Amino acid sequence: MERKLMKGNEALAEAAIRAGCKCFFGYPITPQTEISAYLAKNFAKAGGLFLQAESEIAAINMVLGASSTGTRVMTSSSSPGISLKSEGISYIAGSDLPCVIINVQRGGPGLGGIQPSQADYWQATKALGHGDFQLLVYAPASVQEMVDMIGNAFDKADEYRMPAMILADGFLGQMMEPVEFPEAKQTAVEKPWAANGHKNARKHNIINSLYLKPDELENNVIERYKRYDIIKEKEADAEMYRTEDAEITLVAYGATARVAKSAVNMARDMGIKAGLVRPKTLWPFPVKQINEAAKTAEKFLVVEMSMGQMIDDVKLAINCSKPVEFMGRTGGMIMKPADILEEIKKLGGNK
Amino acid sequence: MKKINIITGHYGSGKTNFSANLAIELAKTGKKVTVVDLDIVNPYFRTADFTELFEGNNIELIKSMYANTNLDIPAISFDLERIATDDGFLVIDVGGDDDGALALGRYASAFEAFADDIDFFYVVNKFRYLSDDVKECASLLPEIENASRMKATAVVNCSNLGRETTAENIKDGIIFARKVAEELSLPVAYNICPDFVDYEGDVTYHHLYVKPIWDENE
Repeated sequence: MERKLMKGNEALAEAAIRAGCKCFFGYPITPQTEISAYLAKNFAKAGGLFLQAESEIAAINMVLGASSTGTRVMTSSSSPGISLKSEGISYIAGSDLPCVIINVQRGGPGLGGIQPSQADYWQATKALGHGDFQLLVYAPASVQEMVDMIGNAFDKADEYRMPAMILADGFLGQMMEPVEFPEAKQTAVEKPWAANGHKNARKHNIINSLYLKPDELENNVIERYKRYDIIKEKEADAEMYRTEDAEITLVAYGATARVAKSAVNMARDMGIKAGLVRPKTLWPFPVKQINEAAKTAEKFLVVEMSMGQMIDDVKLAINCSKPVEFMGRTGGMIMKPADILEEIKKLGGNK
Repeated sequence: MKKINIITGHYGSGKTNFSANLAIELAKTGKKVTVVDLDIVNPYFRTADFTELFEGNNIELIKSMYANTNLDIPAISFDLERIATDDGFLVIDVGGDDDGALALGRYASAFEAFADDIDFFYVVNKFRYLSDDVKECASLLPEIENASRMKATAVVNCSNLGRETTAENIKDGIIFARKVAEELSLPVAYNICPDFVDYEGDVTYHHLYVKPIWDENE
């Protein structure tokens, strides 16, 4: 297919259709409304169901219902809307159901603002709802990656029977870049657990997150954590950019990583050995990749559109063996490459 | 050049970048130029982003007091009817699709007084997803005309693939726009080529102003 210009939000929606998503339940919120608008217009033609629910809470519970039948299903929102969905997301995780959740982050806390932000890092990676559970969290940094990650998120969600999140930000959702859609591959995953009619041919399946006996609940959670160990081993992913000999290594994801990459290039032009580790998965966190970079790095600089939510994950990854500094803006403010370059110089990059 | 230049088209076709370049070109005549950001659809990447650029070129920018703030309401807090009576050129950057053109409809009767001095441009981009088919691309204009209660006077070809645009793309875009214009029985007023593309031909070279903050090319 020829390369076409698409907005991030449109690309997410089209990629979901091509990944075999059959149901979308959502409620509009800036800056991700184009996802709903695109699906409202184009999903039916592709044999999908678009439904604007009466609220985010209703939408996520519809996702739970549709996923129970083995259908590929997606919901999408922005920060405050994701908070509303958190109870349902916990139920979905507790029921071992796959689904894809998109968060096109905006400023917070509270109603916050409509400009881009990355302040939902903790929410996505640590505590999207109550209970012991994790989500797969993918962090695209380009419109093309939004396309590629949606397909992968559906596949991995099915494979591990758990919710997967695309953690984007308003900048990526609203920006336009050329994209190419991969050839549609039909990944038909067997779902013997689906509650889709037993036709008197098998035992009926029950989808549930309530356990009457504490030991059964514990066993269920432990089984899930064994799956998480496999995921941590196999699914962590990061882009390593000019890190081979980097002495000052930046860690940034999403749109911020694009700004950081420009800053790295500017620093290199000045003879400063800077590099960038760009996590493509936030959970599991790319611990091995950070450690690889730590072999040459004298210092790490975590850059975020938030107040320092990823810094602890970097410190833990390297057991605090190197200094980990932080710079960030929040509330919808975006750093320029020159701002980050200044910080790199301050950290001794201009020796 | 006409006094009033109205820029409409598909969501994401390149209206805002065209408006900015057109305004700077018009300012070179020495006459007063006013750019109006009438976009009630888009929260980011809009003409209101170019406040500094316009100040440096002596262009007045009229925008909603809510543009680029966190208040997400489709409000217009200025009097376009009065602004239209001012001397000089007026460039009106309208929001995408028929949704965006709705805001323009409010001024249709007021603009009748300038009927002979209006260009109503329909911006097209061959490389924009879902507007790459001639018939499909042409089919949006009647909807925009309905919503705005005005008639288009010309097609503007802004076919591009952002920074990836090649000379081949420009050539294809020109053929595409000609077909769309024929379908609509309109002339092609401009074939736009980004100034970093190595293309020789009858095109107008425009600078890329609408771009992400990390774009290193300047």
